[in-house]
Amino acid sequence: MLDQVLLGVAVLVGLALVLNAWRLIIGPTVTDRILALDTMYINCIALIILLGIYFDTSLFFEAALLIAMLGFVGTAALSKYLLRGDIIE
Amino acid sequence: MSLVEWIASFLLVMGGVFVLIGAVGMVKLPDVYTRLHAPTKATTLGIGCILIASMCLHAVRGEGFAIQELVISLFLFITAPVSAYMIAKAALHRRVPMRDGTVNMALAEQARERQSPTAVPGSATQQPSE
Repeated sequence: MLDQVLLGVAVLVGLALVLNAWRLIIGPTVTDRILALDTMYINCIALIILLGIYFDTSLFFEAALLIAMLGFVGTAALSKYLLRGDIIE
Repeated sequence: MSLVEWIASFLLVMGGVFVLIGAVGMVKLPDVYTRLHAPTKATTLGIGCILIASMCLHAVRGEGFAIQELVISLFLFITAPVSAYMIAKAALHRRVPMRDGTVNMALAEQARERQSPTAVPGSATQQPSE
């Protein structure tokens, strides 16, 4: 039964990913797009964790941690660029 | 199905529903300042639930207690407010329009000028008069 639950949750997270991609496309301002991209990073981490549960391996957690760090650094760099016009002053 | 699998299934479903609620909020809410609430609260809670479920399942399947999930959830719980703050600051300084009916717009103007809320006398405590 756990496999069906995993499939259902993966469908929910995939639907969330589609909605965030919709906001990424239509977003009226650039800050909306940064926010949508940040949320899509988090949803991708959720999908990778679900895959790790499904295959019963802990290999995917390093990938998830890496994506979490890249997501935060990307969001911080984009926001800093918008705020100051430069990333490292 | 054991008790741990029931608990993990419940946590997984709750996490998926919260992630979906965050995404629906991203689409439905009116402006960027309100849209910031959806991913920083609902999505973080959802992924916290999914990580706790993963931790339970990996502990009961005999691979030992994995610390990686704890590290990931700790990292996400620390960085979500920081990135939300930076996005809000960027939106404020780019003068992204607020929706009609936002209260205390003068405070946003003061924050844009990098002043403290009490820098102009009376403006922080004074209610907007009709």
